[in-house]
Amino acid sequence: MDWVMVVQILGSTLRLATPLLFACLAGLISERAGVFDIGLEGKMLAAAFMAAAIAYATGNVWLGVASAIVASVGISLLHGVAAITFRGNQLISGVAINFLAAGLTVVVAQNWFSQGGRTPSLSGGGRMARIDLPFADAVRDVPVLGPIYSGILSGHALLVYVAFLCVPLTWFMLFRTRFGLRLRAVGENPAAVDTAGISVVGLRYGAVAIGGVLCGLAGAYLSTGLAAGFVQEMTAGRGFIALAAMIFAKWRPWHAMGAVLLFGFLEAVANRFQSIEILGVSLPVQAMQALPYILTVVILAGFVGKAIPPRAVGTPYVKEH
Amino acid sequence: MSAKGRIPDWADVTLVPLVSVALAFMISAILIWAIGESPWEAVKLMVEGAFGSSYGWGYTLYYATNFMFTGLAVSVAFQARLFNIGGEGQALVGGLGVALVCLYIPWPHWTLALVGAMLGGAVFGALWALIPGWLQAKRGSHIVITTIMFNFIAASLLGYMLVNVLRPQGTQDPSSPRFPPETALPSLHEILALVGIPFSRVPPVNISLLIAVAMCFVVWYLLWRTRLGYQIRAFGESEPAAEYAGISPARITIYAMLISGALAGLMAVNSVLGEQQRLVLNAVEGAGFIGIAVALMGRNHPFGVFLAAILFGFLYQGGAELALWTGIPRELIVVIQALVILFTGALDNMVRIPIARLFAQARARGR
Repeated sequence: MDWVMVVQILGSTLRLATPLLFACLAGLISERAGVFDIGLEGKMLAAAFMAAAIAYATGNVWLGVASAIVASVGISLLHGVAAITFRGNQLISGVAINFLAAGLTVVVAQNWFSQGGRTPSLSGGGRMARIDLPFADAVRDVPVLGPIYSGILSGHALLVYVAFLCVPLTWFMLFRTRFGLRLRAVGENPAAVDTAGISVVGLRYGAVAIGGVLCGLAGAYLSTGLAAGFVQEMTAGRGFIALAAMIFAKWRPWHAMGAVLLFGFLEAVANRFQSIEILGVSLPVQAMQALPYILTVVILAGFVGKAIPPRAVGTPYVKEH
Repeated sequence: MSAKGRIPDWADVTLVPLVSVALAFMISAILIWAIGESPWEAVKLMVEGAFGSSYGWGYTLYYATNFMFTGLAVSVAFQARLFNIGGEGQALVGGLGVALVCLYIPWPHWTLALVGAMLGGAVFGALWALIPGWLQAKRGSHIVITTIMFNFIAASLLGYMLVNVLRPQGTQDPSSPRFPPETALPSLHEILALVGIPFSRVPPVNISLLIAVAMCFVVWYLLWRTRLGYQIRAFGESEPAAEYAGISPARITIYAMLISGALAGLMAVNSVLGEQQRLVLNAVEGAGFIGIAVALMGRNHPFGVFLAAILFGFLYQGGAELALWTGIPRELIVVIQALVILFTGALDNMVRIPIARLFAQARARGR
C-alpha cells in the first residue's frame, strides 16, 4: 500500500460518508423529537431520483437538488401524517415509505425516460462540480500537509462540505437553541412540553421536516455528485447504514460524524480490495460490508457502552383531556 | 385506542382491512392512469394472467406459498407484539440450511429429503431469529433495528458462502451446485395427475403449497389452542399483565422469535428446493418483506394470512403479466405493497375513525 492509494481511499471515504452523514443527522433529529425514522432509505432514494431527473431535464443540478428536497420533505410529511397526526405505527410507516420509494422511482423513471428504471447519464451542468479549496494547488507539494489538504480535503462537491458543516449546526441547534431544547424535550417527555403550552405536534412535524431536507440533500448528492444519474435501488442500504451510525453514535451529532467516517472508510476499502490481510487473517469483502451492521448490533447489545434511545421515541403522544 | 371500542368486532376484522386495501388499490389505479395506461385494462390483464389458466394459477399459488410462510412468520411475532422485519434474512439463512442439507446428505427419496430440508430451513431460520430475540429479551436491544441489521448480515453471509464455499470450481455465477435429482419435490402437476386433474406442468408450484396450508392450521392451533400460544397472545396484549400472571417476558420473546424465524426459514423449502433446485444470491426476492404486508392485511390471523397470501400471489403473477404486455413495470406491485402496508399498518386510524363515526351515527338513529 503506497501513499497515493491511502490518499485516494481517504478522499473516497469523505465522499462515501457524505450521504450517510446527511441521512444520519436526519434520523438523529427525528428520533431526538420522538419519531422513529426507518424511512431514511426511501426518502434518499426518492430524492436521488428527483435530483437526477430534474437535473437532466433542466441541465441545472441545483434545480435538481431543490426538487429532491421537495420530494423528500413531501414523503416526510406523509410519515408525519401517519405517525404524528393519526398516531399510527411509526415503524410500519417507515417500512411502507421505503417500499413506496423503491417502487415509485422505477415506475416513474420508466414512464419518463424508458431506460429500464434509470435516468439518462448526467453530464456538464447536470452534475455537481468539484470545488478546489483555496491554495490547494499551491500547497500540493508541501510534505504531509500538502497531500492531506489538496489530495483528501480539496476537490469534492459543495454538498460534501455542507454535510460536514451540518454537524456543528445540528449540535448547535440541538444543544444551544431554545428550539433544540424543546425538540429534545419532546422526545424525552412530551407531556411536560405540552404542559408548558408548546405544541408537541408542531415540534415533531418540524423535526420530521428537517429530516426530510437532510435526506433530500443525501439523495441529491448520491445521484448527481457521487454518481452521474439515477439507477434502480441506488441507495443500496445506505439509509440503514445511516440508521446504524445514528445508534452507534448514541444520537449525538459529533459522534455521528465519527461513525459515518468509519463506515465510509469501510465502504471505501471494500470498494478497493476484494479481501485484505489483517494480522495474517484474510478478511473477505463481505465481512467488511457486514461490519457496520455487526458493530451496531454489538453496541445495541450493550456489551460496549449501552445505546439508550430518547425515551419517548416511537410512542405517539395522546393529549390528556 | 378510544375509537376502536365503538366498532363491532366483525367490522374491525373485515371492514377496516377491506376499506384500507380498497384505498390502496384506488391510489394504484390513479397511478396507472397517470402513467398513461388504462387501470381497467390492467386489472383485466392481471386477473386473466393470474387466474385465467392453470399456468397462471400455478404461478399465483407458487408465490402465495412463499407469502404464507413469511406472513405467518411476521404474524406470530406480531401476536407477541414483536415486529420482526428480519423475515428476509431468516429466509435467506433458511435457504442456506436447505442447501447444505440437500447437498451434503445423500437422500434416497424426496420424501426424506423434504423432511430434512424442512428441518434444515426451520432450524437455520430459527437460529438467525434467535440472536435478535435473545438480545431483545436479555439486553433490551430494539428488535426492529437488530432484525434489520441481521438482514444485511445474512446477505453478506450468503454472498460469502456462495462465492467462497459453495460455488463449484470453474464457474463465475455465485450459486451452489444443483441439488441431486432424488431431492426434486413433486409438482402440483404430478400431484393432481394422481387424481386425474389436468394442471400445467410449467409453473414451479409444488408440494410445499400443502405444507404452507398445513402450517396455517398448525399456527392457528398453536396460538389459540395451546398454553404457549395463549402466553404469546397474552404477552402481546399487555406485557405487565402477562408478567403479573407469571409469564416470563424473556421466555415468550425468545420462543415467539424462534417460531417466527423457523416459519420464515421454511419458505426456502418452496423457493430453494421446490423451484430453483440450487441456492442463488437472491433466493428470497423480497418475500420476507411481503410477509409484513400479508400479516398486516391478514390481521395476524392464519386464515387472514392465507387469504392475503393468495391476493399477493395474484398481484405478483398478475404484475409479471402486466410488465410483459404493457409499459407498466413490475415494480408497480412494490408500490401496491407499500400502499397496503401504509393503509393497513400505519394509517389504520384514518380508516377506523370515520367507520367508528358511521357506526355511532347508525346506533344513534336506531335508538
